[in-house]
Amino acid sequence: MQFGLTETQQVLKNSAREFFSGECPMAEVRCLMETDTAYDASLWKKIGEHGWCGIIFPEEQDGLGLGMVELAAAMEEMGRALVPGPFLSGLLAGAILNATGNPRLASLCRGEKKSTLALLESSARWDIDGVQMKAIDGNKMFVPDAGVADFLIVAARMGADLVLSVVHAKAPGVCIRAAPAIDATRKLYEVTFRGVEGELLARGAAAESVLSRALDVATVALAAEMVGGMQKVLDVTVEYAKTRKQFGKPIGQFQAVQMHCADMLVLTESSRSAAYYAAYAVQNKLPEASVAVSIAKAYASDAYREVGNKGIQCHGGMGFTWENDLHLYYRRAKASELAFGDATYHRERIAQLVIDLK
Amino acid sequence: MDLSLTPQELAFRDELRAWLIGNIPKDWVKALAATHGQRERFEFLRAWQRKVYEGGWAGISWPKEYGGRGAGLMEQVILTEEMAHAGAPQMPGTLGLALVGPTLIACGTDAQKRRHLSKILSGEEIWCQGFSEPNAGSDLAALRTEARLEDGHFVVTGQKVWTSYGWASDWCELVVRTDPSVPKHKGLTVLLVDMHSPGVEVRPLRQMTGETEFNELFFENVKVPVENVVGKVGDGWNVALGTLMHERATLGAGVQITYKRNFDRLLELARELGRTADPIIRQKLAQSYAEIEIMRLNQMRAYSRINQSGVPGPEGSIQKIFWSELNQRFQQVAQEVLGPYGQLTKGAPGVFDEGQWSYGYLRARGNTIEAGTSEIQRLILGHFVLGLPKSY
Repeated sequence: MQFGLTETQQVLKNSAREFFSGECPMAEVRCLMETDTAYDASLWKKIGEHGWCGIIFPEEQDGLGLGMVELAAAMEEMGRALVPGPFLSGLLAGAILNATGNPRLASLCRGEKKSTLALLESSARWDIDGVQMKAIDGNKMFVPDAGVADFLIVAARMGADLVLSVVHAKAPGVCIRAAPAIDATRKLYEVTFRGVEGELLARGAAAESVLSRALDVATVALAAEMVGGMQKVLDVTVEYAKTRKQFGKPIGQFQAVQMHCADMLVLTESSRSAAYYAAYAVQNKLPEASVAVSIAKAYASDAYREVGNKGIQCHGGMGFTWENDLHLYYRRAKASELAFGDATYHRERIAQLVIDLK
Repeated sequence: MDLSLTPQELAFRDELRAWLIGNIPKDWVKALAATHGQRERFEFLRAWQRKVYEGGWAGISWPKEYGGRGAGLMEQVILTEEMAHAGAPQMPGTLGLALVGPTLIACGTDAQKRRHLSKILSGEEIWCQGFSEPNAGSDLAALRTEARLEDGHFVVTGQKVWTSYGWASDWCELVVRTDPSVPKHKGLTVLLVDMHSPGVEVRPLRQMTGETEFNELFFENVKVPVENVVGKVGDGWNVALGTLMHERATLGAGVQITYKRNFDRLLELARELGRTADPIIRQKLAQSYAEIEIMRLNQMRAYSRINQSGVPGPEGSIQKIFWSELNQRFQQVAQEVLGPYGQLTKGAPGVFDEGQWSYGYLRARGNTIEAGTSEIQRLILGHFVLGLPKSY
């Protein structure tokens, strides 16, 4: 029994750090933020060539065939570098395609195509019962990266059944409209479908189980990505506290500042324990996997925001400037908190699984 | 990362599980609650420790020659988890098991190990920790209890305070000043002191819970043989620090058993009182559940690190902060679930669980102070883990 990365996993994590910090420095993040889609074809090509897009998918589908822990390690580094673009969207779409044995997965793994899941509606509910749109006619909201997707996976209803279908982004009757939001590194859209034809992936109970498992996979990935963001905010804050001087000494010598930093460390490490355990639990299909996922996301949702609060506070006025990168992480923290359900949503899910014994 | 058990670990777990099913005293929570006074309570738990020892489950990672099992730290983790699952009582010789034993294994002489370790495991001898003093709390190195070398003995005079289980102890891991002429961290030595020696006085210290779990210890010219020095004379700060690291790293594992049981019980009561449909209560219970689980995971990670590096490091302070603050939040959630019932004390009509919830609420207040305050733990993290300049 060993709760930590193996040597190979650590090597993967190190190479992810090297790759993402090298290929996607802060200047690139800031540049992409200002674009309509936060997508850079040449960066995406490199990500695809390195195999990151297919990290957890089977080798037959041109994936790397690695596990959830490796994914978590890579996500941590992406969160640290604040990599913009449709990676997480593609992962969720890929998890659905993989579970339904759809050959389109290979094009996602190679980075040739991009996809995303259109799930939320005006009710903004993350639970599966929140899907009410008729297949395929109506409005989807908060759809990430729809502006660069080649095809969308749409959750809708056929009678009482949940259905998952593939729809081409440029199909007649599909209208994609930008919904500018707090995190400019990951764009959101409203997508309207007017009597659109789709290719059926799964229906009824099968569709529900595919969707909930894929959401667990993506939620773990997001929780791990959030850990990487927290670690970066902690690192830059500690560095700043060591160098910024007031009253003739580094502000990190003041206990009030040290306590903020220590709190950030506790939040970051606890989020990390929860995220990696969830990854392990999903990978090994442990009975408590869904609870573990919700624990990781509930905790990280509150923790990343709080780490951001403390990081900015320790930076004083500098932390409140546009020029300082902290607000980019603070924005990502908020968007991540809301994605796939916030802490309140996941606590209720824990309650259903633990109190109601569902 | 691999949390699956090796065939060896699996065999260990299955054997342990079977043993626990056959040996955990039936209805022990009720039996324990029905005991009168802390001595009777203590003896009840001591009998359990004896049983665990005789079953071969105490000192899992301690060397075989001293009564341990010679297994790895991971078996220790399995033991803690299985005890928590099975709802086993806690062992009362905690300080010996978690702190003094590991310190002796790391720094003690062979004679000390042979003399003490197996009796720590069996609970035959109970240990306390003579660290804090009235004027040396967070600033431990400022302690003044002094030991003079006279005719081949140390002669100890001074006062210690906040000594858990002082009243039940046969031995004390005592930090004393052996050289007042050097800077404060350098003149300290750790001694093993027989609590039955002439000149040792143990006075009860009544806490805000009404209990006298802690004590004040007074030493008046107490003779301690020189062979009872742990490590070297003058190296007491490092020896004591090692003990404190063990404390921070491992106490969390022990409380995990209690927290899991408390949560399960609170959930039962919440159902009984019809509180589980209340969305606010659901949120709070779920948050407590998540925090208890994260404490377990942090602990597993910490153990895995110790397993690789061999020694607990300063990141144990994360655990100390986490379990202490979590318990304070949890006890407040319990109060909200129980409503007016939460305040009732033992013997009150309608009281649940012999008043353990009102007691638990008050007792939790001490958690962020004992074993190093949350403030000191955060400064340890700030300086020793994050590398910020020392603030004091």
